Amino acid sequence: MQLFPCPFCGPRDETEFHYGGDAGNVRPDGADVPIDRWAGYLYLRGNPKGTAREIWVHVNCGEFFVMERDTVTHKVLSSAALGGEHAA
Amino acid sequence: MTRRYSALSLFKEGLAGQTGWKQAWRSPEPKPPYDAIVIGGGGHGLATAYYLAKNHNITRVAVLEKGWIGGGNTGRNTTVVRSNYYYPESVDLYGLAHRLYEGLSKDLNYNVMLSQRGMVNLCHSTAEMEIGARTVNAMQINGIDAELFSPEDVRRVAPIYNFSPDARFPVFGGIWQGRAGTARHDAVAWGYARAASRLGVDIIQNCEITDFIIEGGRCRGVQTTRGAIRADRIGMAVAGHSSVLAAKAGFRLPINSYALQACVSEPVKPILDTVVLSPGTGVYVSQSDKGEIVIGGGLDRIPSYAQRGNLPTLETVIAGLLEMFPIFGQLKLMRQWAGIVDVVPDSSPIIGPSPLPNLFLNCGWGTGGFKAIPAGGTLLANLLATGKHNDISRPFDLDRFATGRLIDEAAGSGIAH
Repeated sequence: MQLFPCPFCGPRDETEFHYGGDAGNVRPDGADVPIDRWAGYLYLRGNPKGTAREIWVHVNCGEFFVMERDTVTHKVLSSAALGGEHAA
Repeated sequence: MTRRYSALSLFKEGLAGQTGWKQAWRSPEPKPPYDAIVIGGGGHGLATAYYLAKNHNITRVAVLEKGWIGGGNTGRNTTVVRSNYYYPESVDLYGLAHRLYEGLSKDLNYNVMLSQRGMVNLCHSTAEMEIGARTVNAMQINGIDAELFSPEDVRRVAPIYNFSPDARFPVFGGIWQGRAGTARHDAVAWGYARAASRLGVDIIQNCEITDFIIEGGRCRGVQTTRGAIRADRIGMAVAGHSSVLAAKAGFRLPINSYALQACVSEPVKPILDTVVLSPGTGVYVSQSDKGEIVIGGGLDRIPSYAQRGNLPTLETVIAGLLEMFPIFGQLKLMRQWAGIVDVVPDSSPIIGPSPLPNLFLNCGWGTGGFKAIPAGGTLLANLLATGKHNDISRPFDLDRFATGRLIDEAAGSGIAH
């Protein structure tokens, strides 16, 4: 069982968290967004092997945050409250 | 070189004390140029090389594998073969794979031990039965064998299921595909490797791609740990690592990689002679020819490249298994493992040209790549040989994520994506 660090509640059981996607994947704005830009936002993913910056939600307290994590070792490198435009 | 397997060759080797068997495929040094390169020596990659040689007469082909052939997902799955999908595009794809599986042992001269023992997807409520009837109708209209099972039918094929009145997941019926079953996963890889090698394909193991050779905006080959290897047609079939290679080639894919785990019990006497899947528990199970109970479940909850799986998911799978089959409560688990699967938003694969010209994709099979190996190989070989889609691969092109023509098989894929 792995513990994830919620920036608000501290270390909690991994089953309390949901993955929310790449950090920095900002929704396109405006009426004339090209199709490829929409498709990129909706579907394309970095999916890195190694260090990844991801959005997570701690379901129990409802807070979204950015977690930096190694996708091979599962080691958590950092965890911080979400600031600005999805913490690009 | 390898010889053809037959009753006579078995008999002769028996008389000779089994001393005359030769290695089943060659292990040549890589040549600098090839007509085509296939990245990934799993089932899909080896099948691609085989069909390039067999269907298209392109035999100057290299299969490049970073580890050993069949050492990735091909050796980590739960060996189920089926084609119980919903949409016509999927039926064409998985139906092709299923038909080819049925003739594969003969085609490859290698026994892949296909065992068409049937599969039942259980329904646990009236509402699930209505969806089950709709799925059965869709399968029958699309020309796939399917039958709507009553509780008595389920009891006939899986009498050890928990049919007690207080069962948490009571059986209201199920979706039955009689032609579904299992095949020996290693044999599929080894059979394709041997057959491809006989046709002249070079299978090169311990050869990892470090970079793509890109000239004039087109892919012209690959840099590897065993030197540069060039070809003007390159296909990749690397499952969970598709995003890693795509990043080297300069584009992104609609893929998240997750661990999918499975486990087997100690071998026991024959007790379950079909494949049982319960969407309610998220667990599916069959018994191997050796007697082990082979158990699979849902994806891990965390995007991952670690080929081991995590404990909470394993607990969920085992808890679900024991809800279905309390009789398995005394079994000891022998092994647990995980493979890295490439999960796509609509749970359908990506087959087609990549954004980098000359580089073609076969990926995104998620939790269900094994059953599709013969089709994935046929279609990627066709793309490499002709540069164009055929009618079966066209709907699975990468462009569907921009056009919005998704093929949402989240239900047909069986396990929650």
